[in-house]
Amino acid sequence: MERFDFIEMKLPAKPEFVGVVRLSISGIANRMGFSYEEIEDLKVAISEAMTNATTHAYQANEDGEVTVGFGIYQDRLEIMVADHGGSFDLTEIKQATGPYQQTEPIESLREGGFGLFLIDALMDKVEIKNDYGVIVLMTKKLSLNEVDLDDDQIPTTQ
Amino acid sequence: MNINLNVEVVEQDQSTTLVLTGEIDAYTAPILKESLLPLTKTANAEVIVDLEQVNYMDSTGLGVFISALKSAKEHDSKLKLIQLQERVHRLFKITSLDSIIDIDTTVRGGN
Repeated sequence: MERFDFIEMKLPAKPEFVGVVRLSISGIANRMGFSYEEIEDLKVAISEAMTNATTHAYQANEDGEVTVGFGIYQDRLEIMVADHGGSFDLTEIKQATGPYQQTEPIESLREGGFGLFLIDALMDKVEIKNDYGVIVLMTKKLSLNEVDLDDDQIPTTQ
Repeated sequence: MNINLNVEVVEQDQSTTLVLTGEIDAYTAPILKESLLPLTKTANAEVIVDLEQVNYMDSTGLGVFISALKSAKEHDSKLKLIQLQERVHRLFKITSLDSIIDIDTTVRGGN
């Protein structure tokens, strides 16, 4: 079996912990050698998943918990965000997600709905399971030829 | 590292500028919404949001700006975003929201 390290965190399903998950992935991805840009993508993707978990699934139950798992492989990072609360209608969510279309009147613009779209746009592979609670599985590949693991990352946007 | 959001309101003759510092996410977006939305409800007001010191934003931030844009249209006021960092600007481009929200990109910040 392919070797990997696994990190698991359990957090209260509350918005104040979205930033904490973001700091965690920043550290893990940095250690793995992801670029500054890729780390920013990962931060957005995991925050979107965590936000969904805290807002959608736990509206009725404030004591909910979210489990976040990081599978650290040689060539990729696999992230799992799971809540064990109520499920939402996945088909409906998928239909309501996507970029803004020029033909849409501004009045009908969705204020939510960009979360899953962004996860899809920023990650290499995304799977959503909706059997018991909601589990978002997402993968970001590591471009091995870029830098060695110990090299400092130099932000490109500064 | 600052994972909170600080909002400073700067009143000028013709416009009001919100200077934001920190990160916009599910936890801090309500803080932004609370200060931004009321400003858009004055007819002919020009509301400027300075994002130079915002180094993280996700769809919750996009949601607030969509609400503010709708409110501005409804109340005949103007909303403008300035000094976006490239990372933040990218989210508006990916979602095509840059086609409907007035974004001034002549000066881009970074830190």
